Amino acid sequence: MPVYTLQINGKEYKADVAADTPLLWVLRDNLSLLGTKFGCGIAQCGACSILMNGNVTRACVLPVSSIKTAAITTIEGLSEKGDHPLQLAWDEVDVPQCGYCQAGQIMTAAALLKRKPHPTDAEIADALNGNICRCGAYHRIKEAVKLASTKI
Amino acid sequence: MQKTNTSRRDFLKLTTITGGGLMLGFSWFSADAEVPVLISKIPFAASSGFNSYLSIASDGMVTILSPNPELGQNIMTSFPMIVAEELDADWTKVKVLQAKLDTKNFDRQLTGGSGAVPHSWKRLRTAGATARAMLIEAAAQQWGVPAEECTASNGMVIHSKSGKQLDFGALAEKASLLPVPKDVKLKDRSNFKIIGQPVKNVANKSIITGKPLYGLDFYREGMLFAMIQRPASFGTKIKLVDSAAAKAMPDIVDVVVFKNNVAVVGKSTWAVMKARKVLKVEYENDGAIESTADHNNIFKSLLDTGKFDIKRKNGDVDAAFSTAAKIIKAEYQCPFLSHAPMEPMNFFADVRADGIELVGPTQTPASARNAVSKLLGVPEDKITLEITRLGGGFGRRLKFDYVVEAAELSSLIKAPVKVIWTREDDVTGGSYRPAVRYRFEAALDSTGNLVGYKLRGVGINAGNTTREDNFPSGAVDNLLIESMEHKSPITTGAWRAPITNFLGFAEQAFLDEVAEAAGKDPIQFRLELLAKARTAPAGAIKYSIDRMEAVIKLAAEKSGWGKKLGVFQGFSVYYSHLSYVAQVCEVMMEAGKPVVKKIYAVSDCGQVINLSGARQQVMGGITDGLGHAMYSKLTFKGGATDQKNFNNYRLIRMKEIPEIECYFVDNGIDPTGLGEPALPPTGGAVANAIFKATGKRLRNQPFIDEEAFAAKP
Repeated sequence: MPVYTLQINGKEYKADVAADTPLLWVLRDNLSLLGTKFGCGIAQCGACSILMNGNVTRACVLPVSSIKTAAITTIEGLSEKGDHPLQLAWDEVDVPQCGYCQAGQIMTAAALLKRKPHPTDAEIADALNGNICRCGAYHRIKEAVKLASTKI
Repeated sequence: MQKTNTSRRDFLKLTTITGGGLMLGFSWFSADAEVPVLISKIPFAASSGFNSYLSIASDGMVTILSPNPELGQNIMTSFPMIVAEELDADWTKVKVLQAKLDTKNFDRQLTGGSGAVPHSWKRLRTAGATARAMLIEAAAQQWGVPAEECTASNGMVIHSKSGKQLDFGALAEKASLLPVPKDVKLKDRSNFKIIGQPVKNVANKSIITGKPLYGLDFYREGMLFAMIQRPASFGTKIKLVDSAAAKAMPDIVDVVVFKNNVAVVGKSTWAVMKARKVLKVEYENDGAIESTADHNNIFKSLLDTGKFDIKRKNGDVDAAFSTAAKIIKAEYQCPFLSHAPMEPMNFFADVRADGIELVGPTQTPASARNAVSKLLGVPEDKITLEITRLGGGFGRRLKFDYVVEAAELSSLIKAPVKVIWTREDDVTGGSYRPAVRYRFEAALDSTGNLVGYKLRGVGINAGNTTREDNFPSGAVDNLLIESMEHKSPITTGAWRAPITNFLGFAEQAFLDEVAEAAGKDPIQFRLELLAKARTAPAGAIKYSIDRMEAVIKLAAEKSGWGKKLGVFQGFSVYYSHLSYVAQVCEVMMEAGKPVVKKIYAVSDCGQVINLSGARQQVMGGITDGLGHAMYSKLTFKGGATDQKNFNNYRLIRMKEIPEIECYFVDNGIDPTGLGEPALPPTGGAVANAIFKATGKRLRNQPFIDEEAFAAKP
């Protein structure tokens, strides 16, 4: 199997995997970056959301061979000390219930704030509508994105 | 060391921690302990007899072991809050650890039934208060002052007369040498500083930085990965397996057939996912092959001619209906639902000659281990089960099928293995919220009083489809509640607020129909029924009239019931588990369609432990109730679900949530649970508001398929 060199969270990783392996499983099975979650495998729930060159992408359908030199950011690399404004806001608003979807929610919100630092309610809902939270923590997710947007 | 035989005396046990500090073990079996026993100077490692513990290290860190699986109900935060309250601990120095399965020492190590806090409330308080009394005694002895003159606050013992103070860490070792006091006094609620406050989830930091917490995050060097092909249709079994192509795929170790399972075992998740696609499995019929159309016919025929169990009977229903001034009849139906927790089912199992190791997300670790023990003939004391955080549960992980199959597979391949379900496996794999159809009939007298009430429910593998003693039982003189079950190969299970998650909607929507027929305001109508239940009860009353009345009245007040222009309001109230929740839904018409704008919720769950967590349970419960009532369904063709994944199994998303306003009734009673009770009333409040807005009754879920939402010509 080919060896892929990946730029993840500012570091270089090597993975010896099949060309069609989705990035999600490379992160999880090969690189022990376990913050990116498996939810549906068909890009419908957003639990596996990561950033590729700053754009939010679903890692469960992203073949490793397509990444090449793109810069990947996962939840582990969003900030060094867990103090990205979104992470702080998530704690401040006390968002997580089971917590499983939250890394994907945060990464999606991070891409939104990069593009649009002060989004409206409707823009937040548009951006995050693809991320399912089965616990129904949507109100607080929205509130946390708004709070973070005041601190960027 | 003393030991007595009475379990009451074993409630609290004391020891020192190696290296200094106090550890107080407390029993989950004997909450009413009055005569604790002192065991001192036993090193930490020898303290295995303890059920749970709170320990105070010499640096002042307070640690408590949490036995119950955490799936988002926030138990890992609320349990230590209760201990810390009575201990007067500094909350910033409290941490909590997830306990492994330990049936010798915990008596309710499961998550379900909204029961953990009610069950453990007194145990946790007593443990905290006892440690506090010992710390105070230690300080009093050190200072040579009476213990009565000392108090504890925020992790310190204080003697205000002399101005002396010491932190818990400095006192812990001395305290650990003292006898365990009897009859410690618990705090008066008015002195609570932590309980009732909004306190952040103790796992926030780990969750938002992506730390491995969940079952799927468990990896062990050398473990194998497996996925299992189960029959695609209920009512079929394996006829023929051709696994040659799958076995030839890279990184595939084996393909194992057991029971109706074809397990693909390999060295990575992706390898087994790919190999599974080239499996060739033929199935043959092994039972009834049912479709949704069959279920609809079965429901209708059984409601007319089925043999029903009488669940409750009061008065003479036939007489009441034959002399009624008005009779109202309606039928309500709900579809099967998947639990669909975000973390798909998974479990790690390592079956070795010397014992079995199980790791993963389960709501019922004890039952899971018991089932593995029986299947493999290995005694339970040779099986360990480590509980990871659960990425949601909603009842799905009360079933342990996925634990047992992992253990069985590990024993067959003689290797450690993690079995992973895909989302499709989860959606198509059963254990659903059962489909149910109800027939309601109500008889009104000439003044609009409800004098007769009949409810008949038929469910598919649903057990008792009614909650026969729930309101309005007790408030109607002539009443008949009946249930029956159709047995099907489609597997079902408890789904958050079992039965009441749909019955609550059906009952509350039907009562709205009856109120309308009686020409009464829906809230006034319910209050009249409760007044009747109080003054002239018909049979046993098994709910609290006062508590139900209180949530109704507060919901009416907070929502400005009946006083708003331009919005359509619907009301609902439901008692489930041990708590009461009333809701008012507000709907507006937009582009000719009803839109749910806001839901007011008034909950009586007794003492609120964590205000932040409690609000989450209410808002999440309402969102869950609304989403499934509005959008979700599983339909069947040829024994298989039409829906396979989130592309066609629809869950509520951010754009579809209404504003939610939460209130809690503070009535001074002990906690009665909140993991489920906010869900059952939501469907009724929403349907009743949509009726006001559109004139159309919603009697079937999902609502989105009903006429009220049909496109206008």
